[in-house]
Amino acid sequence: MNTTYTVRDSATMLRRNLLHIRRYPSLSIMLVAQPILFLLLFVYVFGGTLGAGLPGVDGAAGGGNRGDYLVFITPGILIMTVASVALGTAIATATDMTTGIIARFRTMNIARVSVLTGHVLGAVIKTGFAVVIVAAFAFLLGFRSDAGLLGWLGAIGLLILIAFSLTWLTVGMALAADSVETASNTPLFLVMLPFISSGFVPTDAMPAGLRLFAENQPFTPMIDTLRALVTGADPGSDLWLAIGWCVLISLLGYLWSRQLFLRVPAK
Amino acid sequence: MTNSNPAIEVVGLTKSYGDHSVLTGVDLTVPQGTVYALLGPNGAGKTTIVNILSTLLTPGDGEIRVAGFDVRREPAGVRAAIGVTGQFSAIDELLTGTENLRLMADLAHLDRASATNAVTMMLERFDLVDAADRRAQTYSGGMKRRLDLAMTLITRPRLIFLDEPTSGLDPRSRRDLWAIVREQVADGVTVLLTTQYLEEADQLADRIGVLDGGRLVAEGTAAQLKRRVPGGHVSVQFRDVAGLASAAAAHPDATTDAEALTLQVPNDGSIAGLRRVLDGLDDNDVAGLTVESVDLDDVFLALTGHPAEAPTSQESPA
Repeated sequence: MNTTYTVRDSATMLRRNLLHIRRYPSLSIMLVAQPILFLLLFVYVFGGTLGAGLPGVDGAAGGGNRGDYLVFITPGILIMTVASVALGTAIATATDMTTGIIARFRTMNIARVSVLTGHVLGAVIKTGFAVVIVAAFAFLLGFRSDAGLLGWLGAIGLLILIAFSLTWLTVGMALAADSVETASNTPLFLVMLPFISSGFVPTDAMPAGLRLFAENQPFTPMIDTLRALVTGADPGSDLWLAIGWCVLISLLGYLWSRQLFLRVPAK
Repeated sequence: MTNSNPAIEVVGLTKSYGDHSVLTGVDLTVPQGTVYALLGPNGAGKTTIVNILSTLLTPGDGEIRVAGFDVRREPAGVRAAIGVTGQFSAIDELLTGTENLRLMADLAHLDRASATNAVTMMLERFDLVDAADRRAQTYSGGMKRRLDLAMTLITRPRLIFLDEPTSGLDPRSRRDLWAIVREQVADGVTVLLTTQYLEEADQLADRIGVLDGGRLVAEGTAAQLKRRVPGGHVSVQFRDVAGLASAAAAHPDATTDAEALTLQVPNDGSIAGLRRVLDGLDDNDVAGLTVESVDLDDVFLALTGHPAEAPTSQESPA
């Protein structure tokens, strides 16, 4: 199987998945609604109090209000959106695997991994739409930033990379799952993990053990980098750490998924 | 497959799941351009054979070559030559008929113009033009099966596997499907089909393999299989008791039913045997006559010791 066919088959499968997304929009709508609800909840219910706890310019507490908190959590909410769509992709992939057409694809002389790349690329495009909708909501609520064009382009690039890596991981989870129900549960931790990061409160406020975890888990450099990019600050070394995590997760997710899908089952 | 090697060559194929043996040494040869029917009840191993030959399942032991390629070492070669319509619908229900066919044409790497042509041709041939732009999930069972088969044939495979292609179809759809299979064979395509319907094997197949409990218990043409089983007879109905009595005297091996005024004379289905019966009859005595040949149901019973299970969820074929 040569590269031309791999690219062509992936494009064909991507078209199939885009049609699926268009024909079955309710899953996508639910996945976007959840981060928007979190945004509203955190800004309007908790935002006044939590904003007051944000570090001020001199690092002392008591520096912010509700508006500052909105700016603080928007990156975390955007990454939660990416995780939420990735969870939906796990459900969609697992459901697809139960259909007869997958067996048909397996009997055809095609680049088999294109069945998976179709899902992943479709999911990345879907994530793009979801992120734009959630970001628009944040703007509606009053999010403003000093970021320049370069910062926004960097933010978009980073979000695509994160979407790509989380999707490969959840596709692997979908293939490893023995049922659609399992596939819809195992990736749930990805949606919860941003809570234990720098996404909603500064990690300084956490007890020592939790803080150690929060500062070293992959979502923290991703969120810190995104926050720096959309507020016009310099992400520094977090950028490379975030990219490194994404590349690592993509690679492992891809190899795992590929291995699960390509093997000819013994039963 | 330009040479004259068999389309399918299987020697000593086994398959088991743990301690449970599904196939226990199957030998199978299907020459190019012929139709081979695997006949057997549920659980006989028909689908397992199809799945192994179409590279969906790893074989146990045995030498298996499909379209000249080894299924273990050269699965890509096998896949390039075959088309499969499985027992379960292999269409994309969220896509329309046109989109499903286009998907297959693109995956077969046809260029844009050929793909468009092929899709149009298939929609016409399979009577799906009116439904072309509707989602496949709205199709009836017969339409789904036609779309399924159209998707298999649009890539013009030289060898097709049909796993219980007509189960659940109404008599008309079944006959339509038989016609399509015959067309393919006329074009030189090789067909391996599985069926629980004895009549279907009789109608379509050049050779029939009777599969029971994971092994082939008999193989041959429909006629050869029928000859292996006694049971055909000529049934003669008489106008009165006297006629019946005199004919019964001439055929000591016949069974007499005095109440129905009929005589059942054993017959091997040959013209000579039939003539012997007719020669002994007086035209004025006879009210009616039927020739009952052995059907494959009798064959199945005789070969396996148990009747072929009629599928419970569907009516029997027309």
